[in-house]
Amino acid sequence: MTIYIIYKTILASVILIISLLVAMYSTLIERKMAGFFQDRLGPDRAGPWGLFQPLADGIKLFFKEEFMPNTADKFLYILGPSLTMLVALLTSAAIPWGPSFLINGKEYPFQVADINIGILYVFAIVSIGVYGIMIGGWASNNKYSLLGAIRASSQMISYELAMSLAIISIVMMTGSLSLNDIVAQQKGFHWNIWYQPLAFLIFLICAFAETNRSPFDLPECETELVGGYHTEYSSMKLGFYLFAEYINMFISGAVMATLFFGGYNFPFIDQLGLSPNILAIAGFFILMTKITFFGFVFMWVRWTLPRFRYDQLMRLGWKTLIPLAILNMVVTGVVILLNK
Amino acid sequence: MTFSSYLFYFLSILAIYSAVMMLISKKPIHSVLYLTLTFFSIAGHYILLNAQFLAIVHIIVYAGAIMVLFLFTVMLLNLNTEEHSPKPVFVKLIAILTGGLLMIVFIGIFRGYDLAVFQDPALSQIGLVKNLGKVLYKEYLLPFELSSILFLTAMVGAVLLGKNEQI
Repeated sequence: MTIYIIYKTILASVILIISLLVAMYSTLIERKMAGFFQDRLGPDRAGPWGLFQPLADGIKLFFKEEFMPNTADKFLYILGPSLTMLVALLTSAAIPWGPSFLINGKEYPFQVADINIGILYVFAIVSIGVYGIMIGGWASNNKYSLLGAIRASSQMISYELAMSLAIISIVMMTGSLSLNDIVAQQKGFHWNIWYQPLAFLIFLICAFAETNRSPFDLPECETELVGGYHTEYSSMKLGFYLFAEYINMFISGAVMATLFFGGYNFPFIDQLGLSPNILAIAGFFILMTKITFFGFVFMWVRWTLPRFRYDQLMRLGWKTLIPLAILNMVVTGVVILLNK
Repeated sequence: MTFSSYLFYFLSILAIYSAVMMLISKKPIHSVLYLTLTFFSIAGHYILLNAQFLAIVHIIVYAGAIMVLFLFTVMLLNLNTEEHSPKPVFVKLIAILTGGLLMIVFIGIFRGYDLAVFQDPALSQIGLVKNLGKVLYKEYLLPFELSSILFLTAMVGAVLLGKNEQI
């Protein structure tokens, strides 16, 4: 039992470090990508190909002057970015990162916590993610921050609905709320994307809105709101907000890969005849490849599409995505009933 | 004392503290945040009772949706000014009366509750999503569907009230 607890602790720490590292280097990849799309080089001064740029950025943020507005609510002003960071890191606990390890005949699952309502856990964490932004935006006592915070909250609530409705069809097909079961059912090449393309499209659009990424980055919309909810933030508190966005991107990529693209599964996974431990490592790298692909999609869209207007965003959410998601749910239900 | 009883006392103290702070906070935003904290500690209690589904749904619905809307409204109304307008006497009387009625309901609940049949929460499996679904859709199908109609009616009513034009 103690070995089991130690194993889980190590696994949780490793996943924490991996998500931080991925988020750190996503900033560099994002800037390189932006450079590519705009026909320039991107950062290339710090180290070979700018590889030390994230370190330089981090050090810069730590050493910058700490500034707090006089009229700010001190406690909530600090709570805002901390909460955003905490919530961003919580989701990774429920994601299965690979098939189980087999050491001395004992099975060690490659997942921090196999909760039997895993997918609801992910949604619960996503739905409380907006608190950090709202608290920070309000506590700054600045009208631009407040507008950003209010936009964030209404945007999150609107898109969460469509997102959950899109997932219901997956849950109906699988018959389980556990992420582990959902992945296990997509064995080999039976990925959910082949059966639920519409649900995936809705989920992808909502993921952009939930992570506050362009074209839905209205809470920080710098052309109208200076910096949105983080206008008054400086130093590492600003860093936390920016960093949490990249962690959220990583995690939502992982959730999308898990739900729709078979998680750690790859074609001919059983025919290769690999031992369980090698399979676990291979599955992990397959999953990371899929997540990297989604990270690329996030960046690609950001540097290609212009930002939505706020009323367009609301109309898209309520009048297009939610009816489509409900339709998808009804059609899935009818097909499942007919096939019984 | 076991680990879960330590957790129980911690969560109970947290729930009571944040509920009291919600009542006595001067700023409305602080009240809303304390209420959210209360909801989280109650969700913790649900997990201790082995009702994970209820706990998560509690967080999604109350902390994730309703309290965000509350926070949203309070921010929009900009209730930062700490004003204390004295309430009329009859409002205070009504408040005492309704509070007393709630008290009577609580006393009724606790009188009817037999402490002797207390079951070990770790053994009770009713809170798990599979068993809960079976009970809801087999034994309580009609009340379940009726309550969803009630929700639909409330939604339609809210949309009607929110509309500006005359119908």
